[in-house]
Amino acid sequence: MGLRQYLDKIEPNFHKGGKYEKWYALFEAVDTIFYSPSSVTNTTAHVRDGIDLKRMMITVWFCAFPAMFFGMWNVGFQANSYLAHAGTAMGNDWHSVIIALLAGNNPASLWDNMIYGAVYFLPIYAVTFIVGGFWEVLFATIRKHEVNEGFFVTSILFALIVPPSIPLWQVALGISFGVVIGKEVFGGTGKNFLNPALTGRAFLFFAYPAQISGDAVWTAVDGFSGATPLSMVSANGMEVLNGQLTWLDAFLGTMQGSIGETSTLAILIGGAVLLMTKIASWRIVSGVMLGMIAMSLVMNLVGSETNHMFAMPWYWHFVVGGFAFGMIFMATDPVSASMTNTGKWYFGALIGVMVVLIRVINPAFPEGMMLAILFGNLFAPFIDHLVVQANIKRRLARVQ
Amino acid sequence: MEHYLSLLLKAVFVENMALAFFLGMCTFLALSKKIQAAVGLGIAVVVVLTITVPVNNLIYQNVLKEGALAWAGYPNVDLSFLGLLTYIGVIAAIVQILEMVLDKYFPDLYNALGVFLPLITVNCAIMGASLFMVERDYNFGESLVYGFGAGTGWAFAIVVLAGIREKLKYSDVPEGLRGLGITFITVGLMSLGFMSFSGISL
Repeated sequence: MGLRQYLDKIEPNFHKGGKYEKWYALFEAVDTIFYSPSSVTNTTAHVRDGIDLKRMMITVWFCAFPAMFFGMWNVGFQANSYLAHAGTAMGNDWHSVIIALLAGNNPASLWDNMIYGAVYFLPIYAVTFIVGGFWEVLFATIRKHEVNEGFFVTSILFALIVPPSIPLWQVALGISFGVVIGKEVFGGTGKNFLNPALTGRAFLFFAYPAQISGDAVWTAVDGFSGATPLSMVSANGMEVLNGQLTWLDAFLGTMQGSIGETSTLAILIGGAVLLMTKIASWRIVSGVMLGMIAMSLVMNLVGSETNHMFAMPWYWHFVVGGFAFGMIFMATDPVSASMTNTGKWYFGALIGVMVVLIRVINPAFPEGMMLAILFGNLFAPFIDHLVVQANIKRRLARVQ
Repeated sequence: MEHYLSLLLKAVFVENMALAFFLGMCTFLALSKKIQAAVGLGIAVVVVLTITVPVNNLIYQNVLKEGALAWAGYPNVDLSFLGLLTYIGVIAAIVQILEMVLDKYFPDLYNALGVFLPLITVNCAIMGASLFMVERDYNFGESLVYGFGAGTGWAFAIVVLAGIREKLKYSDVPEGLRGLGITFITVGLMSLGFMSFSGISL
């Protein structure tokens, strides 16, 4: 018996009056993952396209995979390199026990690095998925809307922007905040105004700064301490950074950072697909790039004796921290970005300017991408309003 | 000059009246349904703050502050306990006068501001700005810049909130949270976004 027949057979149970009426949202979610929904618009002509919201979201999910696999390898590589360098063995928590069972600690071995990273990343992703999915299904069931694939995207993005050593209960708390307060209280996918994954991370960032920022969290080894490139520059200046890390290293991603954000190359591979399929808006991406370049040039020009961040050139801003990841995956979130084409340029540029501003001027946060995007999200509806009003004004003038 | 510029930016962004101090919440929440109305209220707040903070500053520096009455021959008198009372009186009076002046000479602006002008007499952001001015001991020039900056920051915040609320009209908020409930959550999330400025020292 095929899957389609089986789904058709059990379907009546989920309709109104059926045995499992309450679980309709779950049934619908499973059904439409495998098959196109059968519901069509009956009135007036409409354009049919193979791509719908679900396919869009799944594409974004797949596009995050290069960054994810690279991230897993890098978590292992960073940890194993440190262990080899320091000549110590792993601790004896449950992570280490599993790693020791499956692989060694050779930083040159692809297998060892992948296993090490997977043992840290997969539990984070599993917790994100299970806890976030629980809220999603709970709201869908009670409020009678459908479970949306948007959650696939939120979950993988959230799991990729936390440091590898984050405690799992914080992961659960963060994704709960992101999904419930960031999205579901507004009515679910498409009705929120902030990016849910970033809302969750920002919550963790301000609630538990010790586990999500600073020098100790970026490598999954107990007692390790190492600064991210951004805090290195902020403390010691560009010369120190150049001594420790080449631009190419930073572009490829073999450095400290949140799990998925380190490799600009891996992110751009996914990003290229998103841009070609027009799922991510090229206007927003270009806007962010241009805003960032313009603002960092201004900062270079202004210069400062005491603040080393002023001297950071734009091509370094581009490869360090969460800039590339945020630009490709977060700023382009169609729900929380501006809707109008002109508005998308301004929205992107605002984020680009803000990220440099926060990184350079604000001593409290060495990294600014998360807050810059949230800030941009706040202004997105207002930017749209201005664009629409300007359009009305222009066209009205033509009439009179 | 640089000092005044950094004071202005600090008042607008870092110490945003609405989103960093949560002052002026009643009007902030009540009148942010439409961008148009929010802009009108925002302008009214900017105007009133730019006038009342410097005027209160003059009164504080020359009458109320400890030793300020030396010019009248009372160097040991400290009237600062009268502060609250005086500032409120000054604000109410100035708003009244402003309303009459606008009505007489700028009827267009008067009509545009409409009910908002008398309404913001009781806005705590207005009072708050005067009290901050006293606490930080600004001079006249600083208080002028600070008043303008604080007003602009507040106006900025309410216009952005109105933009978001216009968008949220299409949302499907659970029944118990509709109206003020979801607005409080929205404002909370907004101040999360404005945290990007916290910690900046200019």
